[in-house]
Amino acid sequence: MATILLIEDDALVRRGLQLALRRHGHAVRTADTGEDGLRELRAAEPDLVVLDVMLPGIDGFEVCRRVRSVTQVPVIMLTARGDDFDVVEGLEAGADDYVVKPARPTVLDARIRAVLRRSTDPTEGVRVHRDLRIDTAALTVSRRGEPVPLTPTELRLLLTLSRTPGRVFSRQQLLEEVWEHRYLGDSRLVDNCVQRLRVKVEADPAAPEYVQTVRGFGYRFGPV
Amino acid sequence: MTRRWWPRGLRIRLLVAFVLVAVTGAGAAAWSGARSASAALVTVTERRLTEAVAGQLNALTPQLTYPPNQAALDRLRAAVGTDTLVTYRALRSAAGDHTALVSDALRDAVRSRDRLSTQRISAGGVPWLLIGTPVMVTAPDGRQTRSGIEVYAVRDLAAVEQQVDGMTRSAARTAALALPLAVLLALSAAGSVLRPVRKLRDTARRLAAGDLDARSPPRGADELADLTVTINQMAGSLQESMAGMRRMQADARRFAADASHELRTPLSTLTAVVEVLASATDGMADDARESAELAITETHRLVRLVDDLMEVSRFDGGTAQLLMEEIDLADAVRDSLRARGWAGRVDLVAPPGTRLRVDRRRLDVIVANLVGNALRHGHPPVRVRITDRPALVSIEVTDRGPGLPGHVLPQVFERFYKHDAARSRTPGSGLGLAIARENARLHGGDLTAGNADGGGARFVLHLPREDT
Repeated sequence: MATILLIEDDALVRRGLQLALRRHGHAVRTADTGEDGLRELRAAEPDLVVLDVMLPGIDGFEVCRRVRSVTQVPVIMLTARGDDFDVVEGLEAGADDYVVKPARPTVLDARIRAVLRRSTDPTEGVRVHRDLRIDTAALTVSRRGEPVPLTPTELRLLLTLSRTPGRVFSRQQLLEEVWEHRYLGDSRLVDNCVQRLRVKVEADPAAPEYVQTVRGFGYRFGPV
Repeated sequence: MTRRWWPRGLRIRLLVAFVLVAVTGAGAAAWSGARSASAALVTVTERRLTEAVAGQLNALTPQLTYPPNQAALDRLRAAVGTDTLVTYRALRSAAGDHTALVSDALRDAVRSRDRLSTQRISAGGVPWLLIGTPVMVTAPDGRQTRSGIEVYAVRDLAAVEQQVDGMTRSAARTAALALPLAVLLALSAAGSVLRPVRKLRDTARRLAAGDLDARSPPRGADELADLTVTINQMAGSLQESMAGMRRMQADARRFAADASHELRTPLSTLTAVVEVLASATDGMADDARESAELAITETHRLVRLVDDLMEVSRFDGGTAQLLMEEIDLADAVRDSLRARGWAGRVDLVAPPGTRLRVDRRRLDVIVANLVGNALRHGHPPVRVRITDRPALVSIEVTDRGPGLPGHVLPQVFERFYKHDAARSRTPGSGLGLAIARENARLHGGDLTAGNADGGGARFVLHLPREDT
């Protein structure tokens, strides 16, 4: 049960998704434009935003960027299949995941639950890696004493990687563990999330210290 | 190759024809000129020599007494000049080294014809003129009778021969002089003919290569200019009809893309609400529940169809993009099978560690389509075999079904092609194989259809290895 803000311009699609998501136990607030959606975001403080890319006025990407600039609330984009440009731009705008339209409510619900699932780390405690302090119980991260605001997905990625420093995770493994995409996930989700995470936790995102690329294989947590 | 040599061939042919005509003409003219000049020269010389002999004889003959004695013959001989033989019955008077050349034929001619005869002979490489004449006695009544005296003179024609040779040589020289001139003329004529031909050829080549803007400016008003104008007109109408076709094709594509896109909005609503419907069938009457289930099934089929149509539109519009990443092929195929619950129904034969850069989603689409078809239309065992070669990786999907009839093979990759009624009831969109092949080609590979040796359909996906 979560409060979801659905931003979708087509009235019937909006109503259909609202009915279906309600059936899955979510409280659904709706908005038909990006501007309206951003107002609703402040008013309703939803747990998650489901955002259509094609919107009149400011488009879905811009809405996503503006959402990110004020809050770490998870965003799932609704995109057209195979429109890779949409996917890349959506992920760069800060979306946590995307679902191809026409979206099956069961698929959308599974993604929503995966994104909202709070990381439960079996080794609760505080991990310190050089300047980085990860509190796996409070689910907070700070660098040199400064709190680092992470989206739930970024936090899960960081926790997954840092649980076993030095271990190399393939993109597919990370997609399964972090996004719960059991099959054929889009590895660009991982790459984009890694980029955003680096910007937040690394001193120099171009020369990462904590989230390291292992060429041809995937990522690992450093320093090792 | 042949096409490249063609203009050179034409140039050489023109050149050879020109030179042949020019040299033959010049040669024939010079030769016939030399011939008639030398004939005239020989005739004139002969006449001069003959007249000289006759004149001297005519001057002396009246003073002769008959029968002549040796002294008279000697006088006669001396008057005619050197290389002269004078005979009278058994008497003879000769002087000079060449009187032996006088032939019997000439003697016979002189004796039988009673008048001056000549004969041309060649002795020791030198041409000679033999002159023979009987000396006639004119009676007071004017009747001429034979005196019995015969005069033979031998005259050297070497000088005339030299002159004739000189004329022949100069004729040959004239003909030879015509040769370079003919070559030059031929080259310039060939050039003036071939330049526009070459231009036309270049234009035609550019047209063939797809540059429909290519034109040749026509020059002058000859046949080549006509041809150029015709070719330009042809190119123009070609361009127009191509542009028209492109426009129609683009319109059709845009229509397909737009239609699919527009369909997606109501389908989004339907997709959302049929699930609500599905979860609410418990309290429904049987017919209502069945109707709801049908609506759900058909909605999903419609979604698949629209998805496939949009994918085809992207291939047609050239906007399909590859998202390449290096994967383990066996793992990827195994994942595709597992995700659809086919792992237990398909034999996977794959060498371990076959790594390849591919678009994972598109590979999955291909494998799912081929294996799905094999499971639906063929008989088990369905086998997927990966073959790893240096430049190429193949994924072969075979089944043990009836295989594909020969007439079907060329058409299996056509859009919406369904070769039997049974297939039209399957859940596919009819675009699956067409999309699979487009995906293979997008990778620079291909997809082929055939039948396995032991029966059953056999599809092979070839994926090239990128040079790394």
